[in-house]
Amino acid sequence: MAKTLIELTINGEQAEALVESRTLLIHFLREQMNLTGAHIGCDTGHCGACTVEIDGMSVKSCMTFAVQAAGAQITTIEGIAGADGTLSAVQEGFRMMHGLQCGYCTPGMILRAHRLLLENPAPTESEIRYGIAGNLCRCTGYVNIVKAIQYAAAKINGTPFQEAAE
Amino acid sequence: MIPGRFDYHRPASIAEAVALLASLGDEARPLAGGHSLIPLMKTRLATPEHLVDLGAIASLKGIQVDGDDIVIAAMTTQAELIGSALLAERIPLLKETALVIADPQIRYKGTLGGNVANGDPGNDMPAVMQCLDAAYEVVDEAGPRRIPARAFYFGAYDTALQAGGIVTAVRIKVPPHGHGYAYEKLKRKIGDYATAAAAVVLTVADGRCATASIGLTNVSETPLWAEEAARILVGSTLDTATLDRAVAAAESITNPASDMRGPAEYRTKMAGVMLRRAIERAKSRATA
Ligand SMILES: Cc1cc2nc3c(=O)[nH]c(=O)nc-3n(C[C@H](O)[C@H](O)[C@H](O)COP(=O)(O)OP(=O)(O)OC[C@H]3O[C@@H](n4cnc5c(N)ncnc54)[C@H](O)[C@@H]3O)c2cc1C
Ligand code: FES
Ligand code: FES
Repeated sequence: MAKTLIELTINGEQAEALVESRTLLIHFLREQMNLTGAHIGCDTGHCGACTVEIDGMSVKSCMTFAVQAAGAQITTIEGIAGADGTLSAVQEGFRMMHGLQCGYCTPGMILRAHRLLLENPAPTESEIRYGIAGNLCRCTGYVNIVKAIQYAAAKINGTPFQEAAE
Repeated sequence: MIPGRFDYHRPASIAEAVALLASLGDEARPLAGGHSLIPLMKTRLATPEHLVDLGAIASLKGIQVDGDDIVIAAMTTQAELIGSALLAERIPLLKETALVIADPQIRYKGTLGGNVANGDPGNDMPAVMQCLDAAYEVVDEAGPRRIPARAFYFGAYDTALQAGGIVTAVRIKVPPHGHGYAYEKLKRKIGDYATAAAAVVLTVADGRCATASIGLTNVSETPLWAEEAARILVGSTLDTATLDRAVAAAESITNPASDMRGPAEYRTKMAGVMLRRAIERAKSRATA
């Protein structure tokens, strides 16, 4: 069965690759593009560790074929910080609020939080929790992840954030 | 888990997709969001040799008013249903339902067409479509036709859709202004299919229920349109005794599997509990 040539934009750069039609986007990103930031947790669409951004949507890349992403604009965790290495507001929030322990869920959490804040720049705590309901974390208990996203929202909106990291 | 090999096709029009499916035969399947099909392919419960991706067909996108109906094209995603101001105003039941399907990521990709065509009794939209008396617009080699949601489901993964057919849109008659509605779903966690769920649409006039329709999710091999239960409600003040009888009528038509969501008896009772809550909420929302 023939491979398909796909062209797409990944983290702002044009890419072109031959992919087998059955190759999942997560495997394409990790193994063909060497972008190993997005993780495989459950492989069943539940955990969100594989979340990337495709054309303005947070998508579970273990549930998408690479061929479906032909022509798309993709952002992975590798493309979230500024070109000079400055952390994004969400990344800074995770750092300042200790929003991670083992870090396995973190790339997916950050990609999801990034889109959530673009769509809803001033979410309530409940909106944050429902907004990241497709991302599982086995370590933190979510409290500091919610704080990290609140920190990022405050930073983006230029409003004060006082909560101290625990 | 790696799906089996297949050939990938990306037609640009409905006609092209139907022709492709017809020429490729039984081993070809449409691909929409992939969020039901890819899990089946990973476990090799599905091993199609060809996938016909509907994602590049512009006419399968969008929500339109057509006279008294709203027509939702098949590739409209669950996130787009949630974001539609038109639907929020005219058929708010759809937003309420879409919000309890899966999680945000799945809802960006999962489509209405895929949800209703899939035939998994766990899918939430089919019972809602039966409740709303929606019709599916289907195109196959023989041409276009409409199939009522209430006549579409024969068994698990067994529907009125012939091999090679695609659902192009879902057509819903807009319920009357001031109708009450609710979708109540019991699930173990976010991202879980229903242990049991109930959809209700009703109208109230002069303190009495004037019309009612009920759909039940995941308590049989197919979604259930609970015709008798709804008939019991009509003409009543939606008092407790009437609700008891309607709930009993609905429970009596369920036939759930005993599985990790609970034993059959429990799921039947939960269908009743969900229905009672849905009727009460629909009643509270109806403006007589
Ligand atoms: C973790 C997880 C949780 C989920 N939870 C829920 C839930 O709670 N409730 C729920 O309802 N769903 C749930 N889903 C399923 C999700 O909503 C699916 O997206 C949806 O059921 C199918 O839509 P799709 O666009 O992804 O279809 P696909 O997976 O692409 O297709 C599903 C089937 O329908 C066929 N098909 C698709 N589109 C058409 C069409 N237009 N015409 C003819 N045939 C077509 C395909 O050939 C395939 O057989 C969940 C999925 C995941 C991964
Ligand atoms: S690895 Fe994709 S959702 Fe878990
Ligand atoms: S930090 Fe370990 S899984 Fe979230």
